[in-house]
Amino acid sequence: MNQPTVIQIEKLRFHYPKAQHDVLDIENFSVAKGERIFIKGASGCGKSTLLSLLGGVNTPNSGRVSILDTSIGELKGSKRDHFRANHIGFIFQMFNLIPYLSMVENVILPCRFSKPRHAKAIARSETLEAEAIRLLQHLELKDEALLSRSVTELSIGQQQRVAAARALIGAPEVLIADEPTSSLDADARESFLKLLFNECSAAGTTLAFVSHDTSLEKLFDRSVALAEINKAAGVQG
Amino acid sequence: MAIINLALRSMWNRKLTASLTVIAIALSVTLLLGVEKVRNEARSSFANTISGTDLIVGARSGSVQLLLYSVFRIGNATNNISWQSYQEFAEHPKVKWTIPISLGDSHRGYRVMGTTDAYFEHYRYAKTHALEFSQGRAFDDVFETVLGAEVAEALGYQLGHEVVISHGLGNVGITQHKDKPFHVVGILKKTGTPLDRTVHVSLQAIEAIHLGWRGGTPRPSLKISTDQIRQLELQPKAITAFMVGLTSKISTFTVQRAINEYEEEALLAILPGVALQELWSMMSIAEQALLVISVFVVITGLIGMLTMILSSLNERRREMAILRSVGARPIHIFGLLVSEAGLLAAIGVVVGVVLLYALLFVAQPILESQFGLHISITMLSNYDFSLLAIIIAAGFIVGLVPALRAYKYSLADGMTIRI
Repeated sequence: MNQPTVIQIEKLRFHYPKAQHDVLDIENFSVAKGERIFIKGASGCGKSTLLSLLGGVNTPNSGRVSILDTSIGELKGSKRDHFRANHIGFIFQMFNLIPYLSMVENVILPCRFSKPRHAKAIARSETLEAEAIRLLQHLELKDEALLSRSVTELSIGQQQRVAAARALIGAPEVLIADEPTSSLDADARESFLKLLFNECSAAGTTLAFVSHDTSLEKLFDRSVALAEINKAAGVQG
Repeated sequence: MAIINLALRSMWNRKLTASLTVIAIALSVTLLLGVEKVRNEARSSFANTISGTDLIVGARSGSVQLLLYSVFRIGNATNNISWQSYQEFAEHPKVKWTIPISLGDSHRGYRVMGTTDAYFEHYRYAKTHALEFSQGRAFDDVFETVLGAEVAEALGYQLGHEVVISHGLGNVGITQHKDKPFHVVGILKKTGTPLDRTVHVSLQAIEAIHLGWRGGTPRPSLKISTDQIRQLELQPKAITAFMVGLTSKISTFTVQRAINEYEEEALLAILPGVALQELWSMMSIAEQALLVISVFVVITGLIGMLTMILSSLNERRREMAILRSVGARPIHIFGLLVSEAGLLAAIGVVVGVVLLYALLFVAQPILESQFGLHISITMLSNYDFSLLAIIIAAGFIVGLVPALRAYKYSLADGMTIRI
């Protein structure tokens, strides 16, 4: 790998405050810049916990989780929030959108909370709205009529593409996707991924994609089974 | 700014509950300001009823009672005072002027007051205002009358109309002095005081209409014509009360004591200002009770808002988790809820003020005609503004409760709430 490392996990151990056993015990795991990694695992194996540690919502009991050479577990609460807002985009399984905001307003949201992403979006398209529309168009939401419609009237597939545009605006270095395709049908899944990959490569974004659906595995640069790297696997958390 | 915009959009998304909350707060604000307004207007119109008079003298009773019947035309005198006593003090060296008044009759529900020219000359209200005629002149003859503005307006009287006065104070005079009608020769300008509801005649007229009456019932055998009356000497034997203006304020207490210690007759002299204060302090209990009630209504409105926001919190956990995932910090979530509460209170206050003025415009003529209470439509006072500021501040403070709760939720839930 000649690309710099973006995600680095070392000797990570984590358990929830009241639990007796570790949920995660990962010796070493790293993702290079621009890499598209598929993390697979059945539910209950600690996927969501891993994502919460990558996002800095939870902090390790021991070891380090570094993103862009910053150990996010060592950052203080509000700095961690700033760091996450500036460098990480998220897409979740469903219900990603704020129902009372329009499509464009939903996409712009991260720029309201992160100055660097605001600056990057403006540098790219002059206005936030233009950048949002550009991203939406790249994700094949071109229809003018769609833009003015309430996001609750969109199909699930369309909603997930809006969520993807939102995660991508302002070009965060890392994009974490948690089962974003699980509510889509097979055709929609592949086309969604294709669009997502295009945008990630265009922005040089590292993509960590978590899913239990192994049929998507082959589309990624690399695939990791969480059960294999997690020594605490099998223990119910 | 982003947060306030989000708060507004979020509230718009919950239009129905949010607008009900705004209405509840607005109504409470309208009530509070309305009560405050009426309180102030009532107090000032009350204090403006009489001024420039140094002493009011009547038969010995309570000072408030004397004030009520002599100035406000409420209640009755227990006793009259003799003409001799009145003369005694009217000629007192320190007395500049006196206004004798004689009450006890009515005209279609309005009190009739017998007095002299001195009344039109010396009576003052609202600090320095003298009585003015909108039409006509003061009475000159026994059977002439001057009407208060409201009497003329309500009963549709104009100059030259005939007025029949009834004995006693009932609206439908059982015994009317029909044989002796009065001509309207003057109508006073509106004063905003009980004077507007008074029919003024001369003292002689009061004597005249009671000629031929004994014990309150007319005796046919004693029927006397109006022309005959004009020939008669109509010297009053008694009056109800009199107002006194002194040559110098310094002698107020001396003259007051002289009257109160007068041996020939049990008299009472009161200082109008002091008696007004005394009367107002009696009424202020009701007035303060009203204020307390309206404060509680405001508190109820704010509690309603708190309930609304708290009950919305659970269903909005996902919304907050999404905001967290796009980079909002817990402090933003906190700010979102505090600003929502503050905005609801602020919008409620604005709507309440608009509602108040709308109501004032509608109610002003009604209050004026029905209760003689003139409410001037003025800008909100500094006191009102500070009340409103307190309500908005209270809104923000109330918002702290759901904000703290949401803050805790957002720390615990992070970005991963899935429903």
